[in-house]
Amino acid sequence: MSTILIFEQVLNGLQFGIMLFLMAAGLTLIFGVMGLINLAHGSLYMVGAFAAAWVAGATGSFVFALIAALAAAAAAGALVEIVVIRRLYRAAHLDQVLATFALILIFSEGTRWVFGSFPLFLDIPETLSGPVTLPGGIEYPRYRLTLIGIGIAVALGLWWLTARTRIGIQIRAGENDREMIAALGVDISKLYTLVFALGAALAGLAGALVGAIQSVQVGMGEPVLILAFVVIVIGGIGSIRGAFIGALLVGLTDTLGGIFLPEVFKLFMETGAATQTGSALASMAVYILMSAVLIWRPTGLFGARG
Amino acid sequence: MKTILAAAATAALLASSAAAEVKVGMITTLSGGGAGLGIDVRDGFMLAIKQSGRDDIEVVIEDDQRKPDIAVQLADKMIQSEKVDVLTGIIWSNLAMAVVPAATAQGKFYLSPNAGPSPLAGKGCHPNYFNVAWQNDNLHEAAGAYANTAGYGNSFILAPNYPAGTDALTGYKRFFEGEIANELYTELGQTDYAAEIAQIRASGADSVYFFLPGGMGISFLKQYADSGVDLPVVGPAFSFDQGILQAVGAAALGVVNTSQWNKDIDNPTNAAFVESFQAEYGRLPSLYASQGFDTANLLISAVDAADVSDADAFREALRAANFASTRGDFAFGPNHHPVQTIYAREVVQEGEVFTNKTLGVALENHSDAYAAECKM
Repeated sequence: MSTILIFEQVLNGLQFGIMLFLMAAGLTLIFGVMGLINLAHGSLYMVGAFAAAWVAGATGSFVFALIAALAAAAAAGALVEIVVIRRLYRAAHLDQVLATFALILIFSEGTRWVFGSFPLFLDIPETLSGPVTLPGGIEYPRYRLTLIGIGIAVALGLWWLTARTRIGIQIRAGENDREMIAALGVDISKLYTLVFALGAALAGLAGALVGAIQSVQVGMGEPVLILAFVVIVIGGIGSIRGAFIGALLVGLTDTLGGIFLPEVFKLFMETGAATQTGSALASMAVYILMSAVLIWRPTGLFGARG
Repeated sequence: MKTILAAAATAALLASSAAAEVKVGMITTLSGGGAGLGIDVRDGFMLAIKQSGRDDIEVVIEDDQRKPDIAVQLADKMIQSEKVDVLTGIIWSNLAMAVVPAATAQGKFYLSPNAGPSPLAGKGCHPNYFNVAWQNDNLHEAAGAYANTAGYGNSFILAPNYPAGTDALTGYKRFFEGEIANELYTELGQTDYAAEIAQIRASGADSVYFFLPGGMGISFLKQYADSGVDLPVVGPAFSFDQGILQAVGAAALGVVNTSQWNKDIDNPTNAAFVESFQAEYGRLPSLYASQGFDTANLLISAVDAADVSDADAFREALRAANFASTRGDFAFGPNHHPVQTIYAREVVQEGEVFTNKTLGVALENHSDAYAAECKM
């Protein structure tokens, strides 16, 4: 196995991790600030992808598609928060799970009703297609490098927002003590709607960016949602930094595990059986990582609350 | 959409009090991510029923949501309270394995419009089970045969890690005579193939064979086209059907895939089917739609020849397969699976629409590897 291949796989792992971060950041903010388990976060990812595919089909512009994805997901998020989620903050986690699970079904069948049962087409823009040659002769898709760049920019922006702005101070205060910041005169319900819409917009952005290299179809958000939950559990609930580190860990473990475990098994097993066993074990790798982190630090890497 | 009665059958029920002579229960996937396939099978099936103008066939349609437990519940309900004579419609092999053996054991007929898991073709075959589509391995075997004629000598092959994925790679290897550069099992439902594509780039293979049905194939093809790897790709029709080609776009152009049906197969039944399907539903039919259409026409031919209450006569009528298939000649082998020609086709663009063009025959009058194990 050449170093070029290994380096390329590390890039793949990073890119996957950074896309997971866009999902996990919103999820961890919502969980951290509002104490809400939002299973419908994957649906907002899907809404972003469908909005992008629809606008790209109508206008032919990828930039407009991204703007539409952000706007549609943020609007859907705000609407859901005002109509449904707002009634759930004081409810038990089980009620939240039930209600947001219902939202998944409503979003999925609603999207199917509007866009039909067949996957939509969303392509990467002409200027970003094809591979580039990196130093060392590594050929890597230009679009995936762009994804890594966008993800890092979003991470920096989120850090700036939470650490350096007034809204950020309110968000962090809301995480610690919601009664107190309400007593200080912050309009807590507006703040919650804002955080929810922000989280939704990030999910929508991830959906649109990933939709261009994957398939835009009903139910596309749920597999990502599961991994995003793993990420926030590893990173520590409510921590943006934890979500970033956790996402990179999960991305790298998943990608590199999928490559190297079958190779390891091939050392002492027959090829067909080795690939099957290795692949099966690779799909467990992120969950094993999560268990290990939880044994070591029960609140996650950067988590404050239990 | 809870229950749909065939329009003709409903009218007949209203006109006379006589119940329909044959009641068909269709269990298929109409919601969620896999709904495109079930909808195509249903639409193809109902088109044939409508065209026959018959009022003695009643069809009850239910959505299995791609879940085996729901499919089993629906089958129980259809057999016990709806009292259907014939079951059909299931798309996925794992659902078929959950429903078919119990249904046939209760004396019901099952006509499969899609799934053809190997146990039902071999040791677990049953006189009342007829597969109108293919045995699961068939299209993969044909792809292996095509790769030989195309002169490929070293294939990189990949499929999801589940029973149909293992069957796919086994099927390909059964007919492919060249070397296997590497054999990968990906996660079921995986959407990112960057890691696999990097391995393909490094493998030194001269061709790629993949079985990634539905959304998985869309993701793979788009990412593969963008990666700069330019090895020729071969696949079964499941990643190149009419429903998903538009979502893949230009990334699929030129890819050779294997299918028992294509819209340009030259026979009058097929020409009429393609035209009427387009007129009725406003889209081109897929292979799934053709399978639904053929299944309904097989049923109609049997209803014409025998009374469903006489199970032996009805079974003989089904076995005769005396109907005009969209695939041309159609016959059942000893295990009630089709013996048919499988074609190689190429993805082309016709105007705005991406579709397939037949290149030639990949396997002539092909049966399956399990027929010998079937004792009925």
